[in-house]
Amino acid sequence: MKKELKIFDKPKNVKKFLRLFYASLAVLLVIDFFIPKHEMFVWEGAPDFFAAYGFFSCVLLIFIAKILRILIKRDENYYD
Amino acid sequence: MTDSIHPAIILIIGAIFVPIMRGRLKSAYMLILPILAFIALLKMPDGKYWTMNFLNFQLIFARVDNLSMVFGYIFTIITFIGILFALKVEDDLQHVSALIYAGSAIGITFAGDLITLYLFWEVLAVSATFLILARRTKASRAAALRYILVHIFGGLCLLAGIMFYIHNSGTAEFGYIGLAGTGSYLIFIGIALNAAIPPLHPWLQDAYPESTVTGAVFMSALTTKSAVYVMARTFPGAEPLIWIGAIMTAIPIFYAVLENDIRRVLSYSLINQVGFMMCGIGIGTQLAINGTVSHAFCHILYKALLFMAAGSVLHMTGKIKCTDLGGLYKTMPLTCLFCMIGAASISAFPLFSGFVSKSMIISAAAYGKLVAVWLILQFASAGVFHHAGIKVPFFTFFGHDSGIRTKEPPLNMLLAMGIAAFLCIAVGVFPGPLYNILPYPVDYVPYTAAHVVGQLQLLMFGALAFCLLILSGYYPAEMRAINLDTDWFYRKGLSFLVSAVTSLCRWIARICDNLFIHILPVRLGQLSKGPVSSLIILYMKATGSDQIAIEKFRKQRTPETVSFNPMGIPVFVSLIFLFLLFVVFAFLG
Repeated sequence: MKKELKIFDKPKNVKKFLRLFYASLAVLLVIDFFIPKHEMFVWEGAPDFFAAYGFFSCVLLIFIAKILRILIKRDENYYD
Repeated sequence: MTDSIHPAIILIIGAIFVPIMRGRLKSAYMLILPILAFIALLKMPDGKYWTMNFLNFQLIFARVDNLSMVFGYIFTIITFIGILFALKVEDDLQHVSALIYAGSAIGITFAGDLITLYLFWEVLAVSATFLILARRTKASRAAALRYILVHIFGGLCLLAGIMFYIHNSGTAEFGYIGLAGTGSYLIFIGIALNAAIPPLHPWLQDAYPESTVTGAVFMSALTTKSAVYVMARTFPGAEPLIWIGAIMTAIPIFYAVLENDIRRVLSYSLINQVGFMMCGIGIGTQLAINGTVSHAFCHILYKALLFMAAGSVLHMTGKIKCTDLGGLYKTMPLTCLFCMIGAASISAFPLFSGFVSKSMIISAAAYGKLVAVWLILQFASAGVFHHAGIKVPFFTFFGHDSGIRTKEPPLNMLLAMGIAAFLCIAVGVFPGPLYNILPYPVDYVPYTAAHVVGQLQLLMFGALAFCLLILSGYYPAEMRAINLDTDWFYRKGLSFLVSAVTSLCRWIARICDNLFIHILPVRLGQLSKGPVSSLIILYMKATGSDQIAIEKFRKQRTPETVSFNPMGIPVFVSLIFLFLLFVVFAFLG
């Protein structure tokens, strides 16, 4: 048997990964101020519009999905 | 005319000989078939040819132009990849049906008239059914039955629509139809069913997760995308499709977030991706159609890649539910890598294939100033990264360690995934060759600083939301459950209908039983025993005499003399009367 990868078994590595992830987010937020925009809609020109839209879209998605689950969830053998 | 052979014929006729071969010869033969089909494709010149007369119609088996060619290329490429992935499967049923299935998808692509289209359309549905049946489980048998019934319904809508259309327009040409008249609406419904447009979509998430490991790869590529092709051919610029497409991108992502079965998550994200294509067809501009076609091309590659990765996990571990999986990156690092490349492509990360195609459709919506549609498409883009981009790899390969220790799938499966992954990146990095084969000239630059940064922000901050929700425990937990979808109407709704009708019939039967067996004979018996006193009692009841007086009368009454032949005299009188009437009419009339 080949050696297993265990890179994410160590909490230190997970922390490192998350830190890298947060850093890349910060870079994206800052870099947005320095690039030329070619917006089709007014709000596209607003600084960091896509960051906010992406974040709140996903929060909204989960929020609605949680409500939806209450309505549509059935037992695994529901159709049997 | 041409010296080439129809690629569909190569695959369909070629499929027949698969069962008589064994071992390496069989493997080589199966791999050569799509290569031959691809070569045949390259030799097909533009135009309409390979015609045949049938009744009063001309069947056209080859109508070659830019639009049909792109789909021809990608269908043969994915057939090769799919066969390579399935090479070690020792089940001729699957190989034969997969080849016929791919052949009929190519047949649809090059059909030049509606009757040829219909013929291949039905073969497509039947051959796909066998890819579900071949799983040989109780669930797959039931799913296959539902699949074929739903597709027969869709096929009949298409057939009825075609008949109306031919009757009204006098031509069977397979070209622009547009939404006008009964025939066109029926054709639209038939195509919409195969394209999995809600609420006609549930067959997809019902059947694909029940199909075989390798069958799902073919199915993810062919049925919906051949419907996209037919829709792009017949209904470009149909305005309702803009909204249908936008809704289609949004609804499935909620289901995908809740779903536990990885292949069902992928099925929902498939519907979401086809939504982008429907939206593009609805917008109908050159940019939108180019976007739709290129997105179909890219989508086939990355969706097949994702289904192959999920299939590899199912093949190696026998499990496919989020609740059972996790931590597989440790023993399946390559599969994990391929899955993540597919995930990055479907999420439209820069340098991956989805980025260069999906953005064309969204830009086309922006050029058309479709504000709400644009916002929904961006929402769906963030959402698709959320479930297909992060959820699928995270719960399968990372997340909690399920304790499963397995190994990589066989070499042929890895190779098939490797080729698809390579193509996903190649198209993402060098979109030029893809842009060159699109139906219209392309004047679109995907890689601008604003676009790259905007897209990265959208995705990465979506990822941040996932990350924070998982860490805070607010993310909906994976559970073993069924989420109701519109297939409820034919899976449960029908039995409800049957039981409702049954109880209604029982109720009517009970009333009849009471009336004709119990009440009426008793009353008639009473009447015949004492007709005069019965009538008097009835009269007393009607005039409101009190109960005591009625009871008193009942006790006092004496048995009435009743004739032994009570019906004889009235019947005799009636007969005489009728005879007299006859005489009067006969002699006076």
